[in-house]
Order: sequence, then C-alpha cells, then structure tokens
Amino acid sequence: MNSFTFTRARTIADALRSARGDVKFLAGGTTLVDLMKLDVERPAGIIDLNALPLAEVRRTPDGGLHIGALARNSDVAHHPDVVRDYPLLSQALLSGASVQLRNMASTGGNLLQRTRCVYFRDAAMACNKRSPGSGCAAIGGFNRNLAILGTSAHCIATNPSDQNVALTALEATVHVTGSNGERSVPIGDFYLLPGQTPERETILEPGDLVTSVTLPPPAPGAGSTYVKLRDRASFEFALASAAVVVTIKGGVMQRARVAMGGIATKPWRNLDVEAALEGQPATRERFADAAQILLSDAKPQSRNGFKVELAKRCLVHALSVATAVT
Amino acid sequence: MASHEFRTDRVEVAFTVNGKPVGLAVDPRATLLDTLRDELGLTGTKKGCDHGQCGACTVHVNGRRVNSCLSFAATHEGAAIDTIEGLGTPDNLHPMQRAFVELDGYQCGYCTPGQIMSAVALLAEPCGESDAEVAECMSGNVCRCGAYQNIVAAIQSVRKENAT
Repeated sequence: MNSFTFTRARTIADALRSARGDVKFLAGGTTLVDLMKLDVERPAGIIDLNALPLAEVRRTPDGGLHIGALARNSDVAHHPDVVRDYPLLSQALLSGASVQLRNMASTGGNLLQRTRCVYFRDAAMACNKRSPGSGCAAIGGFNRNLAILGTSAHCIATNPSDQNVALTALEATVHVTGSNGERSVPIGDFYLLPGQTPERETILEPGDLVTSVTLPPPAPGAGSTYVKLRDRASFEFALASAAVVVTIKGGVMQRARVAMGGIATKPWRNLDVEAALEGQPATRERFADAAQILLSDAKPQSRNGFKVELAKRCLVHALSVATAVT
Repeated sequence: MASHEFRTDRVEVAFTVNGKPVGLAVDPRATLLDTLRDELGLTGTKKGCDHGQCGACTVHVNGRRVNSCLSFAATHEGAAIDTIEGLGTPDNLHPMQRAFVELDGYQCGYCTPGQIMSAVALLAEPCGESDAEVAECMSGNVCRCGAYQNIVAAIQSVRKENAT
C-alpha cells in the first residue's frame, strides 16, 4: 500500500476543508481499504469521516426517511421504519456482503461502491476505469459477471451494489455538500454511463461529500420486493437483481417502479419498462412484455449472454412476488 | 510506484483492547488486524484473505463484529475492541468456546477464533433461529475444512443454554 497522510475530520466543515488534492474520504473502508491493498486506489491523503454526526436515520416532515451517509448497512437494514415502510431496501441490504461487512459499510460508501470487475481490481491489467486509455481487458475476457446494459466500447463494468438498486426503485435523493455549497440529486441522475470516461462514475466533483440519502414517503398500499440471483446462496454479488414497487387497484397496475442490478453499468431504470406495466393487468404475460422491453437493447459480451434470459426471469419473478401473482 | 512523496507520519490512537487501555502511534496504513497481532502480540486473531472475504480476522468493535483486516487502526480512536483473547481462557472457556470443543466445530482451527467471535456476536443480533438462518448469518466466516455443520450445532447449543 502506498503511504498517505491521515486526517481525522471532527466536523463536516473540517472534512471539506481538508479535501484538497489527491485525497479520499474514508467511512467504513470495506471498498476503499480493500482497493488500497490492491494498489487500485493510491490516495495521497485519507480523511477519516467516522467521527462526523452523519449516522442518523429519522423520518422527514413529509413522511419520508432521512438516512445519514454514515448510517451502517446493518443499522439501516434492521431499522424498524425501513423494515416496515421500505422492506425492499432492507432485503437488498441483507442480501449483500456478510454481517461483518454490513456492520462496517456505510450508506454513502455503498453508493460509491466500486465494480467487482476482475480487471479493474488487478493493477497489472488494462482497465479504462482504473487507468484511462489503457484499454478494457474485460471485453473478450472473463466477463461472466459484467454488464449487458449501459456498456460502451471502453467499459463493461457492473455496478455491484444491492442497496443502490433498491434506492433507485424507491426514487431516493442523494444530498451532497462541497465547495459549491449543498445540492440534492435524484439518484436517477447521480450515476453516469461509462461512455468514453468510465473513470467518472457519478456526478460528484472532487471534494464533494455525500451527507445523506432521503426517501420519499412510502407509496400507500404498494407491494414490493428485491430479488437477487447469484452463483452462491450468500455473500455473493448479483448476476441479476430486481427491485420493484408496484401499486395495484382492481387487478390493474397503477404505478410501477423497477430497477435492476447486476446487469448494467449503473443501477438500471428504464421508464419504458414502467410505462409498459402501468395500466395493465398484473399477469405474467404483461410482466414478460416489460422484461422484453428491458432487455431489448441488451448487448451481451463473450461470456455473459445467459444474463439476457436470467434478467428477464428475475424481473418477471420479482413482479410476481410483489403483486402476489402465481 | 507511488507518484507522491513517501510519508511516514505516525498517528496517535487510543482505544481499549479486552478492557485494557492502549495508546499507540501507528503507521496510518496499519490495519487493526496487523496492529493487534504485531504491535500488541494478540495473535489469536488470524489473517486469512486480508480482504474481508474470509472472516478469520473477525473482532468486536464497540460490541459489533467487523473484519479487522479492512479497518485502519487509526480510525478506532476511543473504541472498545474485543478479541478472542478476551473471551475466555483455557481454564475458563467462554460457553461458545466450550461448545466448539464439545461439538467438534473445527478441524485445523485456523478460522476458529473468527468463527467464535462471529458466533458470540450473532446471538445478540437480529438473526433468525433456524439452522439455515444461522448459516446465513455466519456466511462471512469461511471454513475450508468444512466444519460448518458442527459450527451451526455449537451456536444452536449455546442459544439453547442461554434460553434456559
């Protein structure tokens, strides 16, 4: 690991003031420390955020939920308000990593979790995300776990998070503070497609600090679920996952929110998929129609063609569970 | 090679380990795992993968189990850290240690300190009571000898003991 300076931030202002040059904010460390050991991340300075008062989970005045950026994944997953009103977020969090990692990992850190692409994690390999311009060894390489949606000729890395898929279906807002003041960004606008700049994964600018995530009030009477398909039954990243929130009235889907994980370069939401569900009867045929639309632009790589059918079945199953259709 | 200058500034940190206060000046790169083993001589906590995947390094920080390999020691100012050495002694085993011995919850023993630290924490967590739920809550602790069945049995036996 390269050497670095270590700064304990005591206040948010402290953290922002220290965030100059080639520095990284450190929260739970489950991604950053891992990648520093691999020499994938080589910051000149680390700013420890763990003493900041950003771990609170509380209701917002509008009936939504505020989740502090330092709220740990375990605490969010088991928070009674999350379990009752946003169960798919709890399910998504509990489907990820291990108990130890969830006890460490923070909400803000999980938002910024890096890809598990093996070429990104190996400093000896070509990777445009890690080393812009070096190429992409994953295209034509071992890409079984990588993306079929949102890819470019420069990067096919998957966003590995479960949390972020649920937050996308829940239409979360990410709150950021930085040198240009505070701003709030809908999660749908937070992540960037790789395009020609896969090293840029979010709209965050250098020195920006994620302070919290908020959720809108829960949709009354909605059914929801998070379905995750993977190679192992536990402690494994998704090959495909689906977070869905559906409101039904008289057998007809009034409102549908759908986000997919494990198949795309960012938490994936396609408004055409939701439009294809809304106003339709909750049947497996209509779910399959929506799944067809979801995958219509899929671009399988050399070893992940199976994900097209897997993702379709994942979505159909999730919609069946959320709407109690057998 | 690093493109920036070499820095050796040490960082002062104070925490407790198994109830005893410890004050150290650590290299900021030092993980809690390496600090426990190399600076404090507490080698019961094991280094397996060193990437948070195997659980051999599991310790409790403020009562919660974590992977000490993915945590810089310098970040634990004021924390209460508990390791396998604080749990019991050969003459006075913790009930979970005794259950692992009696129910054969290990073979080579390398993963065992981490398994036991996880198992003790698990009984205070919102983990279901079925064998399958216990196995799920223990998925962060790998045992390459494959003693999983008896590890679950040991945890269930302590749970029953605690309930009576």
